Amino acid sequence: MKFDKEFFHIGYLDRISQKDTFIHRIDARVKVIVSLLFVITVVSFPKYEISRMMPFFLFPVLFLSLGDIPVRFVLVRLLIVSPFILFIAIFNPLLERNIAFYFFSIPVSYGFLSLLSIFLRFVLTVSILILLIATTSFSGVCYALRAFRLPNVFINQLLFLYRYIFVLTEEAMRMVRAKELRSFNGRGQEIKFYVRLVGNLLLRTIERAERIYYAMLSRGYNGIMPYRKISLLGYKDYLFMFFSVLLLYIFRFYDPTEWIKMLF
Amino acid sequence: MHMADALISPGVGAGFWALSLGGIAYSSKKLKENIDDRMIPLMGVMGAFVFAAQMINFTIPATGSSGHLGGGLILSVLLGPYAGFIVMASILTVQALFFADGGLLALGCNIWNLGFYTSFIAYPLIFKPLTRDGRNITIASILAAVVGLQLGAFSVVLQTYFSGISELPFNTFVMLMQPIHLAIGIVEGIVTAAVLNFVRSVKPELINVSLNSTSAGFKKIIVTFAILTIFTGALLSWFASSHPDGLEWSIEKVYGKAELPEKEEGIAAILKNIQEKISFLPDYSFKKAPEEEKTVESETAYPNIDAGTSISGILGSVIVLAVIFGTGFIIKTLRKRSV
Repeated sequence: MKFDKEFFHIGYLDRISQKDTFIHRIDARVKVIVSLLFVITVVSFPKYEISRMMPFFLFPVLFLSLGDIPVRFVLVRLLIVSPFILFIAIFNPLLERNIAFYFFSIPVSYGFLSLLSIFLRFVLTVSILILLIATTSFSGVCYALRAFRLPNVFINQLLFLYRYIFVLTEEAMRMVRAKELRSFNGRGQEIKFYVRLVGNLLLRTIERAERIYYAMLSRGYNGIMPYRKISLLGYKDYLFMFFSVLLLYIFRFYDPTEWIKMLF
Repeated sequence: MHMADALISPGVGAGFWALSLGGIAYSSKKLKENIDDRMIPLMGVMGAFVFAAQMINFTIPATGSSGHLGGGLILSVLLGPYAGFIVMASILTVQALFFADGGLLALGCNIWNLGFYTSFIAYPLIFKPLTRDGRNITIASILAAVVGLQLGAFSVVLQTYFSGISELPFNTFVMLMQPIHLAIGIVEGIVTAAVLNFVRSVKPELINVSLNSTSAGFKKIIVTFAILTIFTGALLSWFASSHPDGLEWSIEKVYGKAELPEKEEGIAAILKNIQEKISFLPDYSFKKAPEEEKTVESETAYPNIDAGTSISGILGSVIVLAVIFGTGFIIKTLRKRSV
């Protein structure tokens, strides 16, 4: 069932984000900024670029190894390639057929190059995203966003949403399971039943919101959410930031593969 | 459909990040002005509801395929446009972080495509006026969902086109995206209306309150159009500023050398030599035709890639990757040993 998979996936990510490694201990703000800079740098390459993107694999690999994240977990997520990307990128080799160069007399077209380039962009940007959350935790990311002065209403919303995803997904899972146990041969999938199911889920949700509100009131809620204070960055955070930005700069404006070529 | 990092340029990503952050800030300010403490838990749980409801599928009659609720419209109807937008933005953020739907840079685009049009155009300009007397929920839902999704889909096309990573011609892409999203919009509208009607039949006060409260003032419409104007202006200016290269990142222009000058020594030359020798059809007609084609459409400047640099480039890439993954492997094993 799709449900269980998605549900356990979030739970699993949540669990590995609580580890205590060098990468996990780096301040969330630094990791969010570095990830964002990484993505911007990767997608800033022209569309036929391939070899210059290779050095960027250093970042996911370091996050993966230093953060002690299971490789298989990230690979499985990557294999579920977004159908949208595939749908868009698959047209490139068909539409752009001019030959870029011959690889041992095999003609390689520009379209094929850009398809490869999109694929590399996809692998790099998605893996860094998975690794960011796997080494930072959702509340860590929210803490970073709060430090970046995003509106409190939005931060509250993110934290609330995350907390109740588990509760409501379980509730929905129970309802769907109960329905499936009472219907045979895959029936009961029609819109009519769907509407009642979702409508009931919605009613339960609204009632739950009421109860939560009263529970919050009885615990002294007065419209203001208490937060932990924003702390200062340590020297390790600054060092991590400095070296990350330095590496990104070098990889963007110099070509390490050129240096390797010079060895020959 | 979620926009992806791999398909956008930094300019487009940053621009839509700015727009979406603006939308979030504006909505937060509006929510704070007439704050109702009840809203905070309600918004949070409603977001989780949409998240859970998206995992439940239904079969679409006569097609055999299955669909699920998008949820943008239902959120706007039950919570109002500002809270609806914030909740939608939070759902997309969680999806981006946990399921890598889209990506970090593309998150701004996704919030805009899936949140803005439904909450600030389809809901106040179509759904609200049509349901003023508390009727027509079905028609209003279908129309609002269709318009919201059409605008969102068109926005995806524009973002893809202006990013210049995909080769899909603008017209083809529009012809692909709009009809698909017309169908999705109609289904979304029907399901939204059905759920709203169901809730209304059980708890009429929930729906009626949200239908009659907070009248959609003229001011709101003006603001929406102002934002729209800025949005189109920003898009057009990107287009104008980088026309010949089709939105290449401007740094590339400054540094000028996407490819370093080729060296006719070392392994590159050797490989080139070998290649010339082993190419068994030196006057292969295939080689000629594309070159002629190229001269015809010479306005589109291709980066200077040729066999020598490319092959050594591949070699270099392989070595770089080997070094990187080797390092990772060593760190992993050292880690295991030290535990």
